[in-house]
Amino acid sequence: MHQEYTVVEGDFVNAGKASSSVKKTLKQLNVNPQVVKRVVVALYEAEVNAIAHAYGGKVSVDIDSDKIRMVVADKGPGIPDIALAMQEGYSTARPEVRDMGFGAGMGLPNMQKNVDKLNVTSEVGVGTTVEMEVNFNT
Amino acid sequence: MTLRDIVNSLDATVYLEGPGLERDVETAFASDLMSDVLTLKDTPVLVTGLCNIQTIRTCDMASLDVVVFVRNKKPTDDMLELAEENGMVVLGCQYSMFKTCGLLYQMGLKPLY
Repeated sequence: MHQEYTVVEGDFVNAGKASSSVKKTLKQLNVNPQVVKRVVVALYEAEVNAIAHAYGGKVSVDIDSDKIRMVVADKGPGIPDIALAMQEGYSTARPEVRDMGFGAGMGLPNMQKNVDKLNVTSEVGVGTTVEMEVNFNT
Repeated sequence: MTLRDIVNSLDATVYLEGPGLERDVETAFASDLMSDVLTLKDTPVLVTGLCNIQTIRTCDMASLDVVVFVRNKKPTDDMLELAEENGMVVLGCQYSMFKTCGLLYQMGLKPLY
């Protein structure tokens, strides 16, 4: 099953719509609630990042019988030092992002904790792509 | 302790009562930082001063279904609509975060960590 969503820069009101929709789908498929939580928390973090840091992007989700694969690709400033961005507490978030309860430098580390596979690629001045995979039987 | 006990103790306004206020709750977590809420493995009552649509969305993602807004922060219609869709209980009280937590702790609600 393939689903796609568009993410708009600065659109915090709709941040989480893709994750919410994926949550409903996984519940309908009777995926273990603990696994559903890991999936949607990771995807939500990635969505918020794309809205907060980039100029918009696309969320693609592929659901198989045994796993989910999620790709959040944004057009944006990119991440110059991915290892630094993965460190808990490191953040470049603007004040309005912090006003929404985010921007504490916990997003990427939290994604890492919740998924089975995480791959972040980025080109400065072009954008960032976050690929995540969660197995349903873990 | 039931949600009804919490409402009485905090003299709280019930914005949404979800499936009802008679069920028991055991733990609470207080934060304005939604990133922190997203790291929780358990599903405590959320006590927060952050009153915006992302508070409700975060609860949905983290499978939390009870939120208490402190310091008279009033949820908007959009927030309540989303919370209702998710079957959440939404409460509000006039007390500070510190006093709210103190009262809930005194009543026996347990911390997560």
